[in-house]
Amino acid sequence: MADTQTTAGTPLVAQGDAAKIEARDCNVFYGEKQALRNIALDIKANEVTSFIGPSGCGKSTFLRCLNRMNDIIDGCRVSGSITLDGEDIYHRRIDVVQLRARIGMVFQKPNPFPKSIYENVAYGPRIHGLARNKTDLDEIVHTSLERAGLLGEVKDRMDQPGTGLSGGQQQRLCIARAIAVNPEVILMDEPCSALDPIATAKIEELIDELRENYTIVIVTHSMQQAARVSQRTAFFHLGNLVECNDTEQIFTNPQHKLTQGYITGRFG
Amino acid sequence: MDTRSAKAARAAPSGRSQIAETVNAGLRRRYRAERRFRAYGIIAILVALGMLATLFVTIIGKGYTAFWQHSLELNVAVPADAVNPQDLGSANYLGLLRDALQAQFPEVDTRQERRALFAMLSDGAPYALQDAVAEDPSVIGRSVTVQVALDDDFDMLAKGHIDANLPEAQRRLSDAQVAWYQALAERGMIEGHFNTTLFTSGDSRQAEMSGIWGAVVGSFFTLAVTLALSFPIGVATAVYLEEFAPKNRFTDLIEVNINNLAAVPSIVFGLLGLAVFLQFFGLPRSAPLVGGLVLTLMTLPTIIIASRAALKSVPPSIREAALGLGASKLQMILHHVLPLAMPGMLTGTIIGMAQALGESAPLLMIGMVAFVVDIPNGPLDPSTVLPVQIFLWADSPERAFVERTSAAIMVLLAFLVFMNAAAVWLRKKFERRW
Amino acid sequence: MVGHTVRSFEEELNQLTNIIVRMGGLAEAQLAGAIQAIVRRDSDLAARMIAGDARIDEMEQEVHAFTVRLLALRQPFADDLRAIVGALKISAELERIGDYAANVAKRALVLNQAPPVKPVAGIPQMGRLVQEIVNDVLDAYVERDVEKAMAVWRRDKEVDELHTSLFRDLVSVMMEDPRNITPSTHLMFIAKSIERIGDHATNVAETIQFVVKGTSPTERRPKGRDSAFDGEQGDDKA
Repeated sequence: MADTQTTAGTPLVAQGDAAKIEARDCNVFYGEKQALRNIALDIKANEVTSFIGPSGCGKSTFLRCLNRMNDIIDGCRVSGSITLDGEDIYHRRIDVVQLRARIGMVFQKPNPFPKSIYENVAYGPRIHGLARNKTDLDEIVHTSLERAGLLGEVKDRMDQPGTGLSGGQQQRLCIARAIAVNPEVILMDEPCSALDPIATAKIEELIDELRENYTIVIVTHSMQQAARVSQRTAFFHLGNLVECNDTEQIFTNPQHKLTQGYITGRFG
Repeated sequence: MDTRSAKAARAAPSGRSQIAETVNAGLRRRYRAERRFRAYGIIAILVALGMLATLFVTIIGKGYTAFWQHSLELNVAVPADAVNPQDLGSANYLGLLRDALQAQFPEVDTRQERRALFAMLSDGAPYALQDAVAEDPSVIGRSVTVQVALDDDFDMLAKGHIDANLPEAQRRLSDAQVAWYQALAERGMIEGHFNTTLFTSGDSRQAEMSGIWGAVVGSFFTLAVTLALSFPIGVATAVYLEEFAPKNRFTDLIEVNINNLAAVPSIVFGLLGLAVFLQFFGLPRSAPLVGGLVLTLMTLPTIIIASRAALKSVPPSIREAALGLGASKLQMILHHVLPLAMPGMLTGTIIGMAQALGESAPLLMIGMVAFVVDIPNGPLDPSTVLPVQIFLWADSPERAFVERTSAAIMVLLAFLVFMNAAAVWLRKKFERRW
Repeated sequence: MVGHTVRSFEEELNQLTNIIVRMGGLAEAQLAGAIQAIVRRDSDLAARMIAGDARIDEMEQEVHAFTVRLLALRQPFADDLRAIVGALKISAELERIGDYAANVAKRALVLNQAPPVKPVAGIPQMGRLVQEIVNDVLDAYVERDVEKAMAVWRRDKEVDELHTSLFRDLVSVMMEDPRNITPSTHLMFIAKSIERIGDHATNVAETIQFVVKGTSPTERRPKGRDSAFDGEQGDDKA
């Protein structure tokens, strides 16, 4: 079993396979403090990749690098390259606003806008000009809510505020809002940590369905969830990528001692 | 075995009761302290309420009579030769009134006595007669019954503010005047009615003809200018400082200065206004425009601080959600942050406006202390504001102005209470739970 | 590796290992007793061995219930998961070993009613070998020692060869005298049972590799020539 500094498993895909996002030599600093070290990782298209690891290991930080949400944090510096379909997303010419339309994000605590359900989902398409007229917009909202599995529950109350829904429904609303702009990748930062088991199961089922059309990266504290939901799993520890491999491999026979220690509860 | 378990059984409850006893002893002390604190709070509130009650009772007690005005109902003969129908303004209405009054007391004949008698009429009485004639020109050649306001001293007499027991030399009205008044009252010619003059006319040397309307309009224009300038500038500054400004020493310096400006005495702003707006820019003195500019400088810090607090209170989750969808920074602020921060901003603005409404010191410096009779038509006309009007009236010696001062204070307080209540209501209505 | 943060889990895993170890000891004792019963023609011993098999069956139930409980309540991963699944498999193998030992004891009872037959001597030899194998594999389990387990795994070849030679001997004894047929046939079944015990021990060895390394042995299990299919590799599935 490996216990050296190099990443165990197969974090990079073979030449022929489709890697949607590629990270190479990625280092992230918050001021003087280094949060991520030399991350090299590929995210495969139309797959669910999960990031696991103890608190403070950098998995959320790395997730936020993928859609440049770390730009809004003062003093955060990202070096190395992260590419989406081969284009470096940190290049000067890349428009962050457009990038975030291609890579959407769902957050830990459901955060619908304090507007109506319709407005919540319509906001994204509206600001990006994705709908030419009201009919188009209605169509987009309808489809997004349907894909998020929420349409049946809210179609009679689209005018009511999004904040009036239950926690699980709110999170699905946030997912609908994210897919309304038709992204290619959806990033999810612990989407179920604030939800009860039934809502969690619905979201997990939703993730499984969304996999067909989107590439999904999910950060989770629950290893059981990572095991249930993802095809590839990456284990982070103290800013390093320790192991990245097929989920089944990680959870039945991990190759790195740290990974084994973490998933069997032998840490600390 | 038996003794061991029995010992254990005995040890356990006594251990627990010992802890419980310690906690209980402490509990009594703690509850006592809490009750003491509550008592202090209630006492403080009662003292404050007492003082508030004293304030209100004093002011209302002095001022409520101002809302009531007495007038004399005279039947005035309007001979046809006295009034020219084509030029109603040229007639000697005062003479007509005096004749009518003289007719009531034919025994008055010396000039001194007549002057004393005619002092009963308000200086504005002729205009009342003129208005009556103008309204119904058919009375020319006949007589018309008209109600004329009493002079303020007689009005005070009617309200009982003149002490008849004082020796004559210490009173404003002589015995004869008092007797004439009482005679007219017995004849049923004295009437009391609501004092609309107080609310419809501008300032005047004659108390019975003075009103706060000029000051109210002046206040309105001043506040309008203040609001129009301070709200947009304040909100925009707060948005810039909170969202866009880089976090460096220079921005910190600006912040410190804004916070300090909120504590600067308001008269300093008046001096600034005098030097910059009046002397340098040459804007018209006493104009609500200048007053508004000065008050803007004064309320900007309040609005900026309140707006920044409102902006800070918008949770970062909403901002991140908007940014994550691909909104640009400006879109995020305009579409999400500002609407959510608006109730807080409005509350701050209303509080700032309420403060500005009650300000007099800076406005004194820029000349809004002048005696202005006409009702201002626009922000550039000379005018005065309500607090300054109160200040001016408080200076006047006439008894009538005392009650009018209190009445004006009541009106001002009513406005302030209303504005603050509006702020509270707004805040409650738009309060959100995240 | 440092122990589990949740100590009760650690204790439960140890408890599981202990049950397996006890079960293994019991199976070993059953085997030893059954062989002894044949060698010394001791019917009482044989009867006790037959009765003792019930205890092994009980323990297998115990392991079964315990592993299901651990899987449900602990949601184990990686080596813990493999250890628990492994324990389940090994207990099944040990239960089969116990059954075969009981079979041997049953046949001992029958044999003791007839006069002794010559090749009985081959039985204890095979029995000792298999006893060693079982003992070693149980040690390997406790120590989680893959090398030892693999050594056992390879030694099964010897058992197979012993079994083949014993088979030939018994056939010739049967050919000598038809009165030998009945006891010799019993002996053949006994030999088969012992050989099966050896196979199950090698299953345990494979499971040990799975538990420790997460993989199965890559080589094909070495098999001795089977008497029944002379000239052909392998036999009916072990």
